[in-house]
Amino acid sequence: MRNFTIRQIIAGVAILLLLIVFPLVVSQSFNVHVMILVFMFGMLGVAWNIMGGYAGMFSFGQAAFFGIGAYTSSYLLIAYGINPWIGLVAGGCAAAVVAAVIGYPCSNLRGHYFAIASIAFAEIVRIVFNNWQMVGAAEGLSLPMQNESFANFLFNSSKLPYYYIMLAFLLVSLAVSYFIATSKMGYYFRAIRESHKIAEVMGVNVVLYRLMAIMISAFLSAMAGTFYAQYILYIDPGSVMLLATSVQIVLISMLGGAGSIMGPVIGAAILIPASEYTRVALGYKGTGMDMLIYGLLITLISMYYPEGVWKLFSRLGRKLK
Amino acid sequence: MNKAICLKVAGLSKRFGGLAANNDIHFFVEEGEIVSVIGPNGAGKSTLFNCVTGFYKPDSGNVFFFGKDITRMRPDKVCNLGIARTFQIVEVISDMTVLENVTTGALLRYSRIKPAMEKAGEILTFTGLYEKRDFLGTELTIADKKRLEVSMALATQPRLLMLDESMAGLNKVELREIIELFRKIRNQGITLIIVEHVMEAVMQISDRVVVLNSGKKIMEGTPKEVCSDREVIQAYLGEKYCAILK
Repeated sequence: MRNFTIRQIIAGVAILLLLIVFPLVVSQSFNVHVMILVFMFGMLGVAWNIMGGYAGMFSFGQAAFFGIGAYTSSYLLIAYGINPWIGLVAGGCAAAVVAAVIGYPCSNLRGHYFAIASIAFAEIVRIVFNNWQMVGAAEGLSLPMQNESFANFLFNSSKLPYYYIMLAFLLVSLAVSYFIATSKMGYYFRAIRESHKIAEVMGVNVVLYRLMAIMISAFLSAMAGTFYAQYILYIDPGSVMLLATSVQIVLISMLGGAGSIMGPVIGAAILIPASEYTRVALGYKGTGMDMLIYGLLITLISMYYPEGVWKLFSRLGRKLK
Repeated sequence: MNKAICLKVAGLSKRFGGLAANNDIHFFVEEGEIVSVIGPNGAGKSTLFNCVTGFYKPDSGNVFFFGKDITRMRPDKVCNLGIARTFQIVEVISDMTVLENVTTGALLRYSRIKPAMEKAGEILTFTGLYEKRDFLGTELTIADKKRLEVSMALATQPRLLMLDESMAGLNKVELREIIELFRKIRNQGITLIIVEHVMEAVMQISDRVVVLNSGKKIMEGTPKEVCSDREVIQAYLGEKYCAILK
């Protein structure tokens, strides 16, 4: 479908090199932290995009998958001493299984109805965790201090390893997204997004392909969740399962460009720094100026680039050919 | 030598509340035939199509495709077995190009994009849309959209193609082209069932005609027989039209 030209490959490699060098040059820890958040929300956006952008299932419940990933790996580590890297995979699988169980009865829901169901689902998950004593209920879970090492997925002295791990996660999710977009699955997802009828009449098993989209999306979101837990070392339902997080993921993907491969990453690269830096610069005044500026930015983007900022970038990309 | 029975509809009924949209319908189609289903609006033609292709579950009766019972089978499975169809209101994927639309259909028989796209190219050449392969679904005229929908159906490599009003709204030239296309499709060995209101076309290309009225089959026969049947004339064709035809 899409073959990259030499110039585009060079541009991609250049951006990647810049990102690798960035934390070595910009040493201020807050800047590195913002970039880690950009990568993390970029990954969450890419995951949302697989079900929301490609297959047209507008989920407002991604925080549930994120939270399930964070809780699975953390609980396994605290209760059984299981390595977080194994917890990462376990969390992904747990989220995918939950996604399949909840996705199957929602097979016929489309558009607004699917969105409403996804909100209900995520809120149920949050309330369950808020009251579930085994996983700390509303108090949440604090991760144990261990020796700093890659094997333990834990680093105290520097944010750099987290930065590179999250960048690698983002690249993995982009590779998955690219592979889907250029394969049979991607074509079938787009047919399903247009209408179930048209997909079925071309022999597509709609229920099966929708489940695949949800499960892949859940798995990737849960990976980001495990990362968050290992990075912040404390999780509770109020931080990893918020509706506000789900909404932010949709916003990032939509404003970046739903349905495109890079759109969600571009959305995260614009919205996350905008929200973080305005918060730091103006948030302490308590006047809500930061939210006003952030809101204005979102309004402007949706007015001038309703299909996503990605459109602007793809025009630049075409000039590179 | 007798030809194989491609499709057999036996006692098919479908009710919507108090309305019998299809009431005990029997007919069969031989392999390689072109059979038209005609009748006034609300006669149950589209319901019949939907029951055969799995979009509706019939209340009673059976549908056999080359001897295999396909009653109440899911639409994607029906398609997989070799029945493709189009819709009365055209359905194409609006943000895909013509080539991508047809490729999606071809992917039923291929797991990789490249061979599917090659097959799609062949089909577009066959249906005469190849020049417009890079147009988006939304950019096409109604005539081209209908042609695209037929191309997408052909891409699934069916043995039976069911066309729901593919000629409605076309001008004379477009009509002649699409009739020519249907003959070409039949010559490839694909059986055709068409629902149509454009009588001059129906009479030209059909081997047999099935007439529905108020959910029941009122007549079946060659175009000539159908035209001289009193009940058909009263229910649907009208005196004037048949006078012209004779």
